[in-house]
Amino acid sequence: MAAVIDEEQVWHIAKLARLNLSDDEVQLFAGQLAEIFAYFRILDTVDTEGVEPLAHALAVTNVLREDEPADSLCSEKALANAPQREQGFFRVPKVLDQGSGT
Amino acid sequence: MININGLAVEPIIGLEIHVQLATRTKMWCGCKRAFGAEPNSRVCPVCLGLPGALPVMNRRAVELAVRTALALNCRTAGFTTWDRKSYYYPDLPKNYQISQYDRPLSYGGVFEFPFANRISRVRIIRAHLEEDAGKNVHDFPGCSAVDLNRAGTPLLEIVSEPELHSADQTREFAVQLHRLVRYLGVSEANMQEGQMRFEPNINLRILKDGEIYTTPIVEVKNLNSFRALHGAVACEITRQVEGWQETGVVATTGNKSNRGWDDEREATVAQREKEEAHDYRYFPDPDLVPLELDEAWVAELKEHMPELPIPRTERFISEYKVPASDAPALVDDRATADLLDQAAEFGGDKSTLAKHFLSFWARHANERGTPIADLGISSKHLAELARLQCEGTINATATAQVADQMIARVAHRFSGGGHESSSESEHPAEAKLSPRAIAEQLGVLQSRDEDQIATWVEQALASNQKAVQDAISNQKKLKAARGFLTGQVMTISGGQADPKMVGALIEEKLAEIGQSKV
Ligand SMILES: [Zn+2]
Repeated sequence: MAAVIDEEQVWHIAKLARLNLSDDEVQLFAGQLAEIFAYFRILDTVDTEGVEPLAHALAVTNVLREDEPADSLCSEKALANAPQREQGFFRVPKVLDQGSGT
Repeated sequence: MININGLAVEPIIGLEIHVQLATRTKMWCGCKRAFGAEPNSRVCPVCLGLPGALPVMNRRAVELAVRTALALNCRTAGFTTWDRKSYYYPDLPKNYQISQYDRPLSYGGVFEFPFANRISRVRIIRAHLEEDAGKNVHDFPGCSAVDLNRAGTPLLEIVSEPELHSADQTREFAVQLHRLVRYLGVSEANMQEGQMRFEPNINLRILKDGEIYTTPIVEVKNLNSFRALHGAVACEITRQVEGWQETGVVATTGNKSNRGWDDEREATVAQREKEEAHDYRYFPDPDLVPLELDEAWVAELKEHMPELPIPRTERFISEYKVPASDAPALVDDRATADLLDQAAEFGGDKSTLAKHFLSFWARHANERGTPIADLGISSKHLAELARLQCEGTINATATAQVADQMIARVAHRFSGGGHESSSESEHPAEAKLSPRAIAEQLGVLQSRDEDQIATWVEQALASNQKAVQDAISNQKKLKAARGFLTGQVMTISGGQADPKMVGALIEEKLAEIGQSKV
């Protein structure tokens, strides 16, 4: 089966995932990913006519909790593994805008 | 169509609105939702995105979202699912936001509101649940700092069709939506705290020489005041006309851009484009099972819907006989509108009650910076005061005096740390607030005792013979003399006589005297 992923796509995905890959790695992963995708293509042979797409692997719905407060971590604990901190904040490289504005 | 620089222009505006829901805790964990807490003190493994932590849906957030969806006339999805929207940003600890992609909680609604003497009708594409990000802080030199207290706060995203056509109409839509979510109790919608944020997308249809040109769509990010929203839309309309005249560039797939709002310059500014920004790679979140909104649950939520502000405004205008311009003052705060309705249930003249709300109760509320509902006066006492005035037991001036006293006594009771609720039970402290009791103590009750008033009238007539003579002998002086005599009775009675009864009695007596002289 033909490769479904090329080096340009690997560069793109690596950039999205903030991975710094070398040329050799990109070549290597492009080949490996192509093989993995080809393997998944076996699923295309299954007849899914009239079958609803699955929303979740478990046949369970409505797992809810009540709106009751629970303990949070103290900020000391929350920051314990932070590489850098600044007066109770996580310290990160300078970003320019106000936030990701979800 | 409007005319700008000699061109016929139709602005096309859609809105994306983010509303933080008024739950006690976050969307997926029990961390308290709180503004202004010490940085990174309201976080846990779930909202920090630590490995192995599992999110669990907040039932209340779902219910508040459904309530809003119903008020926006949306259809609710029987089956709705959760997706991961992936992107890297310092304020997003998991590197993805849990959101809803192809099976949103609700869709296909419509929001109607009065604007420019007509009803504007704007369709709602969808309203779905997601989580807020944390906050980047830029107060430190050489770095940015991240506070994740806000991360995981339940957020409702409402998306409208591009069916708004001016900056004024867009602002009115936002104002009405803001009032709606506060009314529903689904959000405090405090704009300064970023609890409600707007992102308009704007472009123009320009008509020239029989051809229509469509300018590229611009989305303005993260506006958190009505003023900024209005300014951004107005600014874009002008800027896009000028841009098109200069370059002739029209909308194509892929030339949509994002801009920000510069509050000081009052202009939109270009944002650096991240070329891969829209490649969010949505996929179903394996940590969260789907949500089924069965009919019984939705029906129950529907049953508890309050009367919405726009129909309530119309009802108040007709039921309380208030001018349309005054109605919002009674409706805007839901608790105050509820209190007015409760007071009206005690019977009596509704229009007097509404007038009290608009005059002295509004003044007292203003002075204290609270809504009328928080003044601590019970609906029963509000109704009683209106009734006393309507029956003529106290006059208008005395009514306002009694109200002042009621407020003073509530303040005293509160500062004394006493009984704080405005409950209906006639608690001893409550009895002290009775308008009738206060009117008695102030001595402003108007006497309606006929014998007593007759005595006062006799006294006044006896000691003012000249006026009596004028009244019966000179038709021209009758009115002035009667007024004078009424005043005399009021003085003698210490202001307690009911002026209407006094007037009637004086007329009767004068007629009697006149008769006997003939
Ligand atoms: Zn948490």
